[in-house]
Amino acid sequence: MSASQSIKTETIRHKGWVKGAHFVITFAFLALLISGYVILMSHPRLYWGKAGNDLTPALFELPISRNYHHGGWEKAIPFKNLHGSQVSAARTYDIFNENGWGRSTHFLAAWFLIITGLIYLLAGIFSGHFRRDLAPGPGEFSLKLFWSDLIANFRKQSSGSGKYGLLQKITYLTVIFFLFPVVILTGFAMSPAIAANYPFLLIIFFGHQSARTIHFFAAVLLLLFFLVHLIMVIRTGFKQNLWAITFGK
Amino acid sequence: MKEKRLINRRRAIFTGLTSAGALLLSSCLKKAPPTYGSILRMGDDLTYIAQRGLLSQRALVMEYQQSDITSFPVTDIGDPANPASGKIYNKEYEALLKTDFKDWALTIEGAVAKPGKYTLDQLKKLGERTQITRHSCEEGWSAIAQWTGVPLAALLKDAGVLASARYVSFYGFDKYAESIDMLDALHPQTILAHQMNSETIPARNGAPLRLRVETQIGYKSVKYVQRIVVTEQFVDPAKDIADGWSWYNGI
Repeated sequence: MSASQSIKTETIRHKGWVKGAHFVITFAFLALLISGYVILMSHPRLYWGKAGNDLTPALFELPISRNYHHGGWEKAIPFKNLHGSQVSAARTYDIFNENGWGRSTHFLAAWFLIITGLIYLLAGIFSGHFRRDLAPGPGEFSLKLFWSDLIANFRKQSSGSGKYGLLQKITYLTVIFFLFPVVILTGFAMSPAIAANYPFLLIIFFGHQSARTIHFFAAVLLLLFFLVHLIMVIRTGFKQNLWAITFGK
Repeated sequence: MKEKRLINRRRAIFTGLTSAGALLLSSCLKKAPPTYGSILRMGDDLTYIAQRGLLSQRALVMEYQQSDITSFPVTDIGDPANPASGKIYNKEYEALLKTDFKDWALTIEGAVAKPGKYTLDQLKKLGERTQITRHSCEEGWSAIAQWTGVPLAALLKDAGVLASARYVSFYGFDKYAESIDMLDALHPQTILAHQMNSETIPARNGAPLRLRVETQIGYKSVKYVQRIVVTEQFVDPAKDIADGWSWYNGI
């Protein structure tokens, strides 16, 4: 209790649109996380390359549903006129599949994320929020400062100056300008109609299944960020921080 | 006293834009598939309208090389030629398969000037397109194969599709069915395939004729096609929407 009180001397005052965007994106992200997990459960195998399925080698498999290693396949039939070892086989196993609501929930939440994200991005640029509050200042670009910030972080010290620390800035910038764009674009790459219009999506992510695998890892990193963010919020005064990002003035 | 004015420029622009948007949206929604009050289906409709509005409907999906062809799982609702398949079993189909589909013919009816039947040879005369494309299943996997078949647009033209036609439904021998709108029906890569990987389509991959809708997710590509119905009104023949699935799957 005393530790958390000594840390927070001044909380950051968030703009109304920052709070609104944070609110919508948090819930959209949680809906995407849950539905994404449900979608993954119906095919918990990940691949690298243009295409991949139960009859081709996986990059790795996740033991997250009864579909894991189910092995319910009829005898494989080779294609007569192909020179490779490609086969066709019918599935006999009744798989777990809740994608009817899983997929539609995922895409509905994605609409909230994308529209709110775009508004946030434009507002962030034009209001100077990104430049003022997130971009590291000229004096901040030093390895020494980064190091001391990192050590301070692990010693559970926080500046409490009402401004973001260097480590915090770098993390937020990575999430906003790298992880979210990657997770959204790999999602687009998996859409047949979008990829038909923008085939470069399939090329920059090395194919449909690679895009799916990158989508998975980007989502895992976002989840990791979410958890660390949550820990930091709790450590620096949960009530006060929650109030500041929602209804606080 | 400026605030007392009934309308100022900013408000006029805002009102104009809002009502234009509302008009546009309501005319779009009239064309959208029914939602039965489900918020998920409303999201599906939003995606459908947005993809139709923002993307080119003529853009071709990526076509691959012969060396990219992969193995191809069969994950449909069951084998229509097997009596053990229960409701999916179709005696007529079993008999047709035994005689190599000698007496098979495709029925086309509805909003066409010349409803009727097409034998495989008659279909093949309408045109041919070969494409190596990716099948993306809603489950998450994908497979690449080469398909040869008749462009659906060529069949619709031959049957004299009416200008008022808006949807095309496909009914399979396995009692599975799907419908697509005219934009996907007339897409150059939407074909009725009779060959897979340079051989007659293997039975379980949808013999003798299967639909390929390359701009949508795999479950729209009906196998074992028996009958095509062109309509002016929206139909959801497999009850995708009522069963809790998205009818449009460009995503």
